[in-house]
Amino acid sequence: MTDMRSRSQAKASPACAANGLGAGIGDQGAGQLSAGQLGAGDLAGNLQVQHEQGQRQVFCGLAGIVWLHRKIQDAFFLVVGSRTCAHLLQSAAGVMIFAEPRFATAVLGDRDLAGLADCNEELDRVVTELLARRPDIGTLFLVASCPSEVIKLDLENAAERLARAQQGRVRVLAYSGSGLDTTFTQGEDTCLSALVPVLPEAAAGSDALLVLGTLPDVVEDQFRRLFEALGIPSLHFLPPRRGSELPPVGPGTRLLAAQPFVGDTAAALIDRGATLIAAPYPFGIEGTRAWIGVAAEAFGISAERVEAVTAPAAKRAAVGLERYRAQLAGKRISFLPDSQLEIPLARFLQRECGMELVEVGVPYLDRRMMGAELDWLPAALRLTEGQDLERQLDRLRADRPDLTVCGLGLANPLEAEGLTTKWSIELVFSPVHGFDQAADLAELFVRPLNRRERLAF
Amino acid sequence: MQLTVWTYEGPPHMGAIRIAASMQGVHCVLHAPQGDSYADLLFTMIARSAKRPPVTYTSFQARDLGADTAELVRKTLRETVERFQPRALLVGEACTGELLQDQPAALAQGMGFDCPVVPLELPAFTRKEHWGASETFHQLVRTLLRGQQPRTLDPVAEGRRPRANLLGATALGFRCRDDIAEVTKLLDSAGVDVNLSAPAGASPEDLLRIPEADFNVCLYPEIAQSTCVWLERMFKQPWVKTVPIGVGATRDFLIEVGEVAGIDTSAAIAAGRTRLPWFSRSVDSTYLTGKRVFIFGDASHVIAAARIATEELGFEVVGLGSYSREFARELRAAAERHGVEALISDDYLEVEAAVLELAPELVLGTQMERHIAKRAGIPCAVISSPVHVQDFPARYAPQMGFEGANVIFDTWVHPLMMGLEEHLITMFREDEEFNDEAVASHLGSGKLTAASADTAPGPATTAEPTTSADGMGADAAPAWEPEAERELKKIPFFVRGKARRNTERYAAERGVARITVETLYDAKAYFGR
Repeated sequence: MTDMRSRSQAKASPACAANGLGAGIGDQGAGQLSAGQLGAGDLAGNLQVQHEQGQRQVFCGLAGIVWLHRKIQDAFFLVVGSRTCAHLLQSAAGVMIFAEPRFATAVLGDRDLAGLADCNEELDRVVTELLARRPDIGTLFLVASCPSEVIKLDLENAAERLARAQQGRVRVLAYSGSGLDTTFTQGEDTCLSALVPVLPEAAAGSDALLVLGTLPDVVEDQFRRLFEALGIPSLHFLPPRRGSELPPVGPGTRLLAAQPFVGDTAAALIDRGATLIAAPYPFGIEGTRAWIGVAAEAFGISAERVEAVTAPAAKRAAVGLERYRAQLAGKRISFLPDSQLEIPLARFLQRECGMELVEVGVPYLDRRMMGAELDWLPAALRLTEGQDLERQLDRLRADRPDLTVCGLGLANPLEAEGLTTKWSIELVFSPVHGFDQAADLAELFVRPLNRRERLAF
Repeated sequence: MQLTVWTYEGPPHMGAIRIAASMQGVHCVLHAPQGDSYADLLFTMIARSAKRPPVTYTSFQARDLGADTAELVRKTLRETVERFQPRALLVGEACTGELLQDQPAALAQGMGFDCPVVPLELPAFTRKEHWGASETFHQLVRTLLRGQQPRTLDPVAEGRRPRANLLGATALGFRCRDDIAEVTKLLDSAGVDVNLSAPAGASPEDLLRIPEADFNVCLYPEIAQSTCVWLERMFKQPWVKTVPIGVGATRDFLIEVGEVAGIDTSAAIAAGRTRLPWFSRSVDSTYLTGKRVFIFGDASHVIAAARIATEELGFEVVGLGSYSREFARELRAAAERHGVEALISDDYLEVEAAVLELAPELVLGTQMERHIAKRAGIPCAVISSPVHVQDFPARYAPQMGFEGANVIFDTWVHPLMMGLEEHLITMFREDEEFNDEAVASHLGSGKLTAASADTAPGPATTAEPTTSADGMGADAAPAWEPEAERELKKIPFFVRGKARRNTERYAAERGVARITVETLYDAKAYFGR
């Protein structure tokens, strides 16, 4: 809202950008911009990883609630935090109009902080009030935030106490979505980790595949059909669509991560006897084929069988992708850190769409979850872990890629500087996995470039 | 602890950011954890700003808590001042920063910066966004005007028109952009010049010129009243208290401007052009008479709306309230005038209970009342923040002044028209055009035509052969396997019809008799989106 000064005002002082044309985001000061310096890095696979620390423009893990509350239909997410947390949630989700929201915040007041009120008694009161209002809740997540972590409020204990008080009518679990501990999609990881201890024990000797990470319903169904056609004996997804349908886990469980940000959940499942299948992520044709292939191999299914089952979908995906490849080939792209989807998506865009990777930023690098992906990246890639926002923007302005993948706090300001952006959150909120979404995924990156060409001014 | 489904205001540091983002040459440094930078999105997305708000966050994480967070504050301050060279620096804490007690403002004051440093005390667990904005603006003005003396001003002796400051408009304020333009026009028609508008559009240098105005106009009391009171005390500047929202209030505003500026504004009042009185008098508006309305929002907009609703539209106010506790007295007085009791609460659930109990025919509220109205099935219009992206429109849409009254008439009556349609849909459910399929939540009415809705019957219920858009006979139409039909239902409704037609065309062209899930995706790959 830099254009609030009325045009008819007689005595205007220094002009402000009226319409964003040519308004820069680095021009708030005299702008002594030195090129961002990166420190020494370390190696991951064949890659040099650079580390940065400083101001970060990322969401905290509470943002995960925005899609988790849709996925797990009988769950309710109660954040224990400050007004800031409540404000974040409604700023993100509040453009939708909810007759019955499935998330809320227990806002801490000064009495809670001063110890005048017993936080645990207060929490019990709020939860009782909530459950009375919403008898349909099957699973209640108590979500920790920065303030609750700093005052060391023990939500795990509170969850156990509340579950007892509800006498099993409602499952109560706790996890942290605080910015101190989690970045954006990590909020899903911490949420799913909290589910692991309550998963039923798999029957002895059972062989099952457990696909890990939130997938859109339509994608989940596609994968289900493919795995069933391969003859995978038993198949489950975590998270489930309802809290009452938890998948079993045990020594016969093979884990296949569909999302790169579920490392802690995978570790917790391994502790319960499951085995992790190391695979790239099912983005694009190559990624999906490898992802399914490695899983099939773990179950002793022949490569011929995999080929037979996946060929029709892979073939039509190639048809669909061809249309967009032509528009992406040779274009330069940079990723600012956001969701940890950056590496697999960069791999897809480079190998299957012919794009040139300028810089790939990740909020953090989980080497165990990313091993298979790193092998596919070009050795000379500028890969950065962490963020020092202003320096990263200096590099971006020096690079001027054809397309920048970034969050919504930066997208419009960068557009105003003449850079074309693809806002990254959409990649978490769209069906992008699997063969039949490969073209859709490419199209998400084509669209902003296409739009820029269409508009006359 | 308070169970908060929706919050009417953000935390107080959000108010501080709004002041910084409203102005030029002001930068705000906040001691805040990673993730609090979500606040930037309100400016870049909701208000569609083409610039990042001038805020730097220390972005501390768990690993920093064991180390020296105060050093992190100093480093952030140093780098920010060096990079942005602000002409005034605001320094404060977000809620979690407050718990760490690093005293960032004190640290900043000790660092010898050559721009004014404004320390912000923003108690995050007791105060909220508007208080934070009001306090930040007040402290900034005080800091900058320190040492200035009151002027003796006399427009007549100086041979010029009276000059006013417009105070209170901010970034993310409800319709501030256009209100400023409208009030500037209004004052001009009365022979008054605008000295400056602040905080919106002003720089620190502009604020130094505040004492050059003959009087202040307090457009948004929630933001600027404390500053107006202080300026009156320190600089002997009188201030105009009427908020010009509504036809009557706009006229009263001009009368008060006349009194404060010592000029005759009756000609400007007489020349004021607005369509609301005639639109409201025309017979088409007769059905509005006595419509029961519930009003909620910030204090100023609620008080203004209640007056318009009763005196200018002929509604009956059945409930009125606000989350602005700072203005409880004014609200109670207004409620008394309308014969109801004011609901002063920031508890969404309490407001919801009041609406459900009163069952009004129209709710005038905030984005939050839209949720309530949806649940209760009541028409709703937005009159106050908090608002979302749709209430930062591209078109000229003030609330204030004579044009503001036109906007208000259209906005408030619009959902009622929709409401009538809804009644008809309830009465006659089988209409082809007006049905309750897949209604967009923010439209509140069935907007889907049969062409875009996917209304094709399932395979088991095919009674009438249909002819599809491209003139293909029904006998040639391929049949859908139940599983494919179910798969189609997973496609969002707004593209489902197109997907259905594309798939059928694809199958027909290839002589496929039964459409399977594979056919659906084959067609999808063939046609693209």
